[in-house]
Amino acid sequence: MLLALVISGFVLAPVAPMLQRALPHRAGYIVALLPLAIAVMLGLMSAGVVNAGIVTDTEGGFSIVSTAPWVAGLGVDLAFRLDGLGLLMAMLVSGIGALIFVYAAGYLHGHKHLGRLYAFLLMFMASMLGVVLADNLILLFVFWELTSVSSYLLIGFDHSQEKSRKSALQALLVTGLGGLGILAAAIMLGDVAGTFTISELVLHRDTIRGHALFPAIVVLMLFGACTKSAQFPFHFWLPNAMAAPTPVSAYLHSSTMVKAGVYLIARLSPVLGGAAIWNDALTWIGATTMVVGAWMAFRQRIMKPLLAYSTVSALGTLVMALGVGTTKAVEAAMVFLLAHAFYKGTLFMAAGAIDHETGEKDVSKLSGLRGSMPILFIATAAAALSMAGLPPFVGFVAKELMLKGLIPDATRGTGSAALTTMLVLSSALGVVVAVRFGIRPFLGDLKPTPTEPHEPPRSMLLGPVMLASLGLLAVVLPGFVALPLVGPAASAVLHATAKPDMALWHGVNAALLLSVVVIVAGAALFAIQSGVLRVIEPIASRLDRLGPARVYDGTLWAVLTFSRAQTRALQSGSLRQYIFFTIGTAVIAIGGALAVNQGFSSVPGLSDVRNYEIGLFALLLVGAGYVGVAKNRLAAIAGLGLVGYGIALAFVLFGAPDLALTQLCIETLMVVLMVLVFYMLPDFRSISNNSQRFRDLFAALSLGAVMFFLVLIAGQSTPDLAVTTFYGERSVPDAYGRNVVNVILVDFRALDTLGEITVLVVAAVGVYALLKSTPKRAKHIAGLKEGSE
Amino acid sequence: MSTLIVLPIIIPLVTACLGLLAFRSPRIQQALSVLGGFGLLTAAIVLLMRVWTAAEPPGGILVAQMGSWPAPFGITLVADLFGAIMVLLAAITGLAVLIYSVADVDMPRKRLLYFPLVHVLLAGVCGAFLTGDVFNLYVCFEVLLLSSFVLLSLGSERAQLEGAIKYVTLNLLSSAIFLSAAGILYGTAGTLNMADLSARIASAAEMGDGSNSQSGVFTVVAMMFMVAFGIKSAVFPLFFWLPASYHTPPFAVSALFAGLLTKVGVYALIRFFTLIFVHDTGFTHTILLWVAALTMVTGVLGAAVQMEFRRVLSFHIISQIGYMVLGLALFTPLAIAGAVFYIIHHIVVKANLFLVAGIAHRLRGTSALDRPGRFSIYSSAPLVAVLFMIPAMSLAGVPPLSGFWAKLVLIRAAIDERLFAYALVALLVGIMTLFSMTKIWAEAFWKSPPDEDRRGAPDEPESAARPPRIDRSLLGPIAALAAITVAIGLLAGPVFDLSTRTAEQLLNPAGYVRAVLGADHHRAATAERKEEPAP
Repeated sequence: MLLALVISGFVLAPVAPMLQRALPHRAGYIVALLPLAIAVMLGLMSAGVVNAGIVTDTEGGFSIVSTAPWVAGLGVDLAFRLDGLGLLMAMLVSGIGALIFVYAAGYLHGHKHLGRLYAFLLMFMASMLGVVLADNLILLFVFWELTSVSSYLLIGFDHSQEKSRKSALQALLVTGLGGLGILAAAIMLGDVAGTFTISELVLHRDTIRGHALFPAIVVLMLFGACTKSAQFPFHFWLPNAMAAPTPVSAYLHSSTMVKAGVYLIARLSPVLGGAAIWNDALTWIGATTMVVGAWMAFRQRIMKPLLAYSTVSALGTLVMALGVGTTKAVEAAMVFLLAHAFYKGTLFMAAGAIDHETGEKDVSKLSGLRGSMPILFIATAAAALSMAGLPPFVGFVAKELMLKGLIPDATRGTGSAALTTMLVLSSALGVVVAVRFGIRPFLGDLKPTPTEPHEPPRSMLLGPVMLASLGLLAVVLPGFVALPLVGPAASAVLHATAKPDMALWHGVNAALLLSVVVIVAGAALFAIQSGVLRVIEPIASRLDRLGPARVYDGTLWAVLTFSRAQTRALQSGSLRQYIFFTIGTAVIAIGGALAVNQGFSSVPGLSDVRNYEIGLFALLLVGAGYVGVAKNRLAAIAGLGLVGYGIALAFVLFGAPDLALTQLCIETLMVVLMVLVFYMLPDFRSISNNSQRFRDLFAALSLGAVMFFLVLIAGQSTPDLAVTTFYGERSVPDAYGRNVVNVILVDFRALDTLGEITVLVVAAVGVYALLKSTPKRAKHIAGLKEGSE
Repeated sequence: MSTLIVLPIIIPLVTACLGLLAFRSPRIQQALSVLGGFGLLTAAIVLLMRVWTAAEPPGGILVAQMGSWPAPFGITLVADLFGAIMVLLAAITGLAVLIYSVADVDMPRKRLLYFPLVHVLLAGVCGAFLTGDVFNLYVCFEVLLLSSFVLLSLGSERAQLEGAIKYVTLNLLSSAIFLSAAGILYGTAGTLNMADLSARIASAAEMGDGSNSQSGVFTVVAMMFMVAFGIKSAVFPLFFWLPASYHTPPFAVSALFAGLLTKVGVYALIRFFTLIFVHDTGFTHTILLWVAALTMVTGVLGAAVQMEFRRVLSFHIISQIGYMVLGLALFTPLAIAGAVFYIIHHIVVKANLFLVAGIAHRLRGTSALDRPGRFSIYSSAPLVAVLFMIPAMSLAGVPPLSGFWAKLVLIRAAIDERLFAYALVALLVGIMTLFSMTKIWAEAFWKSPPDEDRRGAPDEPESAARPPRIDRSLLGPIAALAAITVAIGLLAGPVFDLSTRTAEQLLNPAGYVRAVLGADHHRAATAERKEEPAP
């Protein structure tokens, strides 16, 4: 059942473009039915209405498991498991997904690639469902990578824009690199625990924690999670990912995909959590990201980057809370996750709608829109107030819980004061950003915009209105929306029953006071923001140039520069250099092995050499030497021929005339072939200088020397002559031939001869082909630069 | 049974001969060739099935003694799982390329006996995968070297000949080293039958005392084979011939080469260094480990800076060869299974990418990535874009496609051996592969020519300039190979089981020796050697 839910998106994806072509005005709505159905199914399953084999956890949560074999030999199963955490995420993915498809139908109405957008979005949705429902680490990684790939395709949706392509690549490389960390960590975890099944890992918790690989596992896993969830210093890809169409930003890059890292951290908390390295790293990475994100958002005026940085900040908050890891902090994290999905989804869709209807992306140039788009105003303002942490919205509850999870008390370490301060600071900055984007553009006098502003179509209003209302409903009717999702999710993370308190009023306490501080500070900051920005911007923008994005660019540049140098050195285009390297490698490999394994001490003397052998040797030497000094190609080839025929002579002398004949044939044909190929090349020029000649001579002599010693040493051993004897004895009685060599060629080893005949035929065809096609010589292969191979 | 083993060599050879007889009619050659390709594929499928079902647990070894001369005196053909898998892959690639060639290769080349040459090449490749004899392997290498050389130079375009010269020169060096090594091996061990060699070298290693022993000579000879096969399989630092030549011939030819030629080298490396030269793995396989890492890195870095479609792909062949050698070098059952899986995945994917490159060239009018094409393929030919994306992502190891599983197995094998540095290299090379695949995607598929946006807009009338129609005989093979890639990914379980069984067979040379020489030979050979005085 769970498998079917995950797969359905992949199945529908290739159909979507066809659907779009058939029903250009309704396809988006039809496609939206799938995520809607999935959300309903998930709800029914978790409520126990649809019986899918519920297994009740001892910790008070629930979990539904479905497993099918896949690559059993590697321990990879199609294991899916729906528990509280998975349900929360899957509901967000499918629920927001349904709204996004409707929104996209309006936003990109008439776009020629709208069908593809649906396909990619479906692919992403299915992958994301896979990530949050997989109960096998490798399976999770499979879907994880697929979210990266679909994100790549979606960011590059405006494929003719250079910026889109670059941003898509950046996101892919950063998250892909992190993915490698997850893969390595997953393999190690599987190695240590003996299983890839996530729900079983917790049983091996102590083994894992005590293992020497544990620190490496934690570091790699966090690396992967942090790249995906845009944690400092890997956050820079997320603002660039705003090159994607707004429905994509609203879906992937605010409410779902970027939370995959947070999800992974939450998912593995029961297994890896509790160790100082895990908790401390998460807490401080998260806190830093939270502040950096808020600060960067504060400095933006363009809608989407502003929202993107504020998303970075929110993700940091989530990671920090999971790092703190107490019951309260985790409960707060789950509520915050839900709250953020509601308000950020609304704000992104609003950003797209405003841009769509006014043609303006800069919030400072927008004003007085309330009259022309009242419904959008209400939805956006509600979301902005939720983001700012004002009651009665869910953002307020989330922030209260977060503060309660951090405020110093007797049980917490010294760090918690610092964390609280950082949270207050970033929340205050968040208030400014929320008001600047979500409220200010609608108030005041109407400023002229590139196109006449008017209310966006209903398809584009549905999403913001729905999500904004949910942000309110979650507090007004907590038992209806929020608690059934948030409680089980926190329980799953904590492995203990959790029931977040979502009431608005708890009396006057420290958290409430800090909330007031945040609002007041935020309001004050909003009032003086233009002055502050004027002062800091020159300094801050200079600091930006030292940021991690520069590290990314610099690394890429360094790798490519090194690659270029390396490739120029190795693949220079010069055949002589290639030969030199090849021969050098042979000398080192063979000579080295000879020196290591054999020793040069035991070289036998050169007795037993006959005069005519010396003569033949001299002939070969003359031929080889002549090739080296020949002034034109023909002479060189003649020299080579001399060597070849000399070898044939050696065959004759050592009693193999048949072989000698074959050698002569092949040699002759090769010479002809060579001559023809040389004919196509420019005239022969001596392009070596003396040092190159000596280098080549040295290489040649080295290889000769190595082979010489090797043959001498090998010649000492007395081979088993069983094969030779067999040929001699069986030649006449079994093969009816008196010439043993002939019999070997045509009977004992006839298959070799068949091969050699084939070589001859091919050589003949080659000569024929070269002769036939010599006239056309000036044609070039397109795309090939002269002289660069 | 013996007929079956011979078929993968005989079918292409006979097809080539018939083609030569019909040398005046390229049409007849063409029809014969495609038919022969189907025949070869059928034979290969049957062969693999027979090998799989020949024994219990699955995976036997079929043996055919040529001319009925008993091993080790005649030439033995051996089909174990590894050989049979390789033959099947060769048949698949061969058939895909043959069908693609019908529309891709120009008439002058077809007149110059293009199709028979492809079949000779296939015969040589299959022979190399099936022979159980070192010298016969050399002959097969020569057959495929010469036929590939002629295919490479066919048409005699200038760039082609320049590439062909580099190709043939460096490969002849390999042949020379191979032949010398075979000669010395015969002079030392007295046999060239692989099974016999395996038994003899194993017993020599048992008897040897280290210094100045026969075993030492065998190690030196092993290094010669490593260099010879290293050139063939284009490992660092011997790969120069490959990027120098693969981008010059027709796309069909380069796809055939990309799929098969280097893999023959890798096959030989794996065969020799699991069956024959396993007496000093501490020395030989450590060197292979270094070679593997350097090959992966230099190849992928080379690809990162190329700006020509097929040059990028060519450098990637090198880096991918590194993965296969890594599997061999790690030398554990899981690692060898990984190497086998990698080869299965790689041949299908790599050949396909070169075929797609051909279509991209037709659509864009250029193979240069830094020059604007006539059309953005992404916009105008989405099917082609999808058919590129599948093998490209598979090559980069994106799950759940075939390449992911291959990499997963190898990385796991490295981590199991606690060789973290090699696991890291394999992972990072993966992301660099992704980098160059996205480079091709962004430049050749996404990027639009300057005026395209206006041309494709829906409110404008359909422009007269439409992208050329892509023949179905070009798309068919690509779609089929892409489907295989997806299937390997989704059915990774059975493929992994097959690879595991293959690895078990490869790591158990005694089984191979028994199958070729008979049950009691090993003992006899050992006893025989013990009677002789130690040299």
